[in-house]
Amino acid sequence: MSQRFMLGVFENEVDILEATKAARARGLKIHDVFTPYAVHGLQDAMGLEPSRLPWVCFVLGLLGAGFKVWFEFWTSAVSWPINVGGKPWNSLPAFVPVTFEVMVLFAGVSTVIAFFLARRLYPGKTARLPIPEVTNDRFVLMLEETDSTFDVDEVREFLKSFHAVGIEERVTGNERR
Amino acid sequence: MHSQPLVLGHKSLGQVTEDICAPMNRRPGFLWWAAFLASLSLLMVGGAAVAYQLSTGIGTWGLNRTVGWAFDITNFVFWIGIGHAGTLISAILFLLRQRWRTSVNRAAEAMTLFAVMCAGIFPIIHMGRPWLAFWMFPYPNARGSLWINFRSPLVWDFFAISTYFTISLVFWYIGLIPDLATLRDRQRPGLKRKLFAFFSLGWDGSYRTWLHYETVYLLLAGLATPLVISVHTIVSWDFATSVIPGWHATIFPPYFVAGAIFSGMAMVLTLMIIARKTMHLEDYITPRHIDVMAKLLILTSGMVALAYLTELFTAFYSGNPYEQMAFVNRLAGPMAWAYWIMVSCNVFIPQLLWFRRVRACLPAVFAISILINVGMWFERFVIIVTSLHRDYLPSSWADYAPTLIEIATLAGSFGLFFTCYLLFCRIIPVVAIGEVKGVLRHGTDHGRPRTVEPEREKTGPPAREPAVVEV
Repeated sequence: MSQRFMLGVFENEVDILEATKAARARGLKIHDVFTPYAVHGLQDAMGLEPSRLPWVCFVLGLLGAGFKVWFEFWTSAVSWPINVGGKPWNSLPAFVPVTFEVMVLFAGVSTVIAFFLARRLYPGKTARLPIPEVTNDRFVLMLEETDSTFDVDEVREFLKSFHAVGIEERVTGNERR
Repeated sequence: MHSQPLVLGHKSLGQVTEDICAPMNRRPGFLWWAAFLASLSLLMVGGAAVAYQLSTGIGTWGLNRTVGWAFDITNFVFWIGIGHAGTLISAILFLLRQRWRTSVNRAAEAMTLFAVMCAGIFPIIHMGRPWLAFWMFPYPNARGSLWINFRSPLVWDFFAISTYFTISLVFWYIGLIPDLATLRDRQRPGLKRKLFAFFSLGWDGSYRTWLHYETVYLLLAGLATPLVISVHTIVSWDFATSVIPGWHATIFPPYFVAGAIFSGMAMVLTLMIIARKTMHLEDYITPRHIDVMAKLLILTSGMVALAYLTELFTAFYSGNPYEQMAFVNRLAGPMAWAYWIMVSCNVFIPQLLWFRRVRACLPAVFAISILINVGMWFERFVIIVTSLHRDYLPSSWADYAPTLIEIATLAGSFGLFFTCYLLFCRIIPVVAIGEVKGVLRHGTDHGRPRTVEPEREKTGPPAREPAVVEV
């Protein structure tokens, strides 16, 4: 199934921010916005939900810490208890530092893995850029031409009014390198 | 302060990419080669020394039954401390929204990684049988399973250092991904481009990805901040949980953390001053960056000085003759020279940075930063050796002097650090391109505020503003 997209290329973050806001206000469907750096304010302009990755961080951190407390207890008090300076088998306070380290390790690494999975980033993946300059100095607003009510000429004028330096139509996705 | 731009020279976005990537495509100059060959030679000297001491045994060191820890543990603590400033800049200053960090965080994080690598070598050599280093890891084994002792600070240290290295590496790599994509898209086809493409994970600059990316970055910064404090706290527990006079002190954790950030910040300054000169990054690492970091040195120097004084006060106030003796011995014993080098370099000399003219003079800041590194190395030497060489029993007092092998190993660690660093400067952008672009408009007087006025939201197109980024 072919999809049609309208691309507006911008030169600075003010224009892309304004154009995105206005496009959303007009009810145009924003497929995606491509930027060379994280432009603040775009999240609201695009109306995106905040990332749910903090939950992964929290839950996996908790799991890691829980696992480590259990493991330290099991090795020191159950599997092979060894008398170290007459300390109790289950020396919980002494287990705190390693538990903390393992919690941070689990939370950090799992958040990153979840991020890669969520955005399908993997080594060797071919990047599908709308235009090659998007990782350097161009900002791209990608609008989806939803149905016949999408007036190409009108949208073209709309993008132009936000100082778009390039406007083009694409069929099916953003694959051009 | 806020009216000053963070990046000088009114750069356009494309120019930033060009400026930062240009040194990577140029052939390295004479200075780079000279520095690289010198570092590589040091690394080889160190490698030979390590090979010799491993095949012969660590009896080749100057240690004796009284002074059982000396050069190796000094070097270990020194390098770990160096690493801490990288995390301070990348994580703590990120959480504090210090935008100036963007110019230096990449290089500082790389410094952290290489410093932790150098640090890791020493405890492993110290084991004497480094091929059994994996015994530190709790794995099911044929000896029982005999588990490691989770009550030991040395085990805590193993977990702290490995977690610290892993998280620092991940944090650094995450920060690198957008820049690798930038490099990929400007590189001519070939091996380099393939490598950049491989490691940039198909990054396309989609804002949906950026949104998650920013969250991940924030989370990692939030995790790295307590982590870095825990790491040096645990390093200090290696000492503080023992009963040696001069070590058994509750002040050790904050004292060590402050000292670590102090020494690391000095090392960042050393490296940044070299990098801006040799890589022509004067517009990105501006006098303002140097100024801010010099002020951080004054702050941390003050914290370290306070710790020195507190230690002395506590020793004399405690009424404990062994504790008092340990400090009299530091101040006036056979190794008093090391103590006074430490105090001069860490407390007295940094006071020069109170003067604006000193902070503005790069050679002076450079010299001070090197002296601080010397002083901080001696701090660890003083803590370790002067505490050990004269403790409770005068009959077991002994002196310590390093052997050539130990000195060669220390030199080798510097060789490893600078070899890695120089290679890093050649193959990876030393300034985080994507992050600098984000602060490019910061402080430019003709830039509009970041938040756009709400009334314009639905009223249509804005009038053409002067394009801030391409003046």
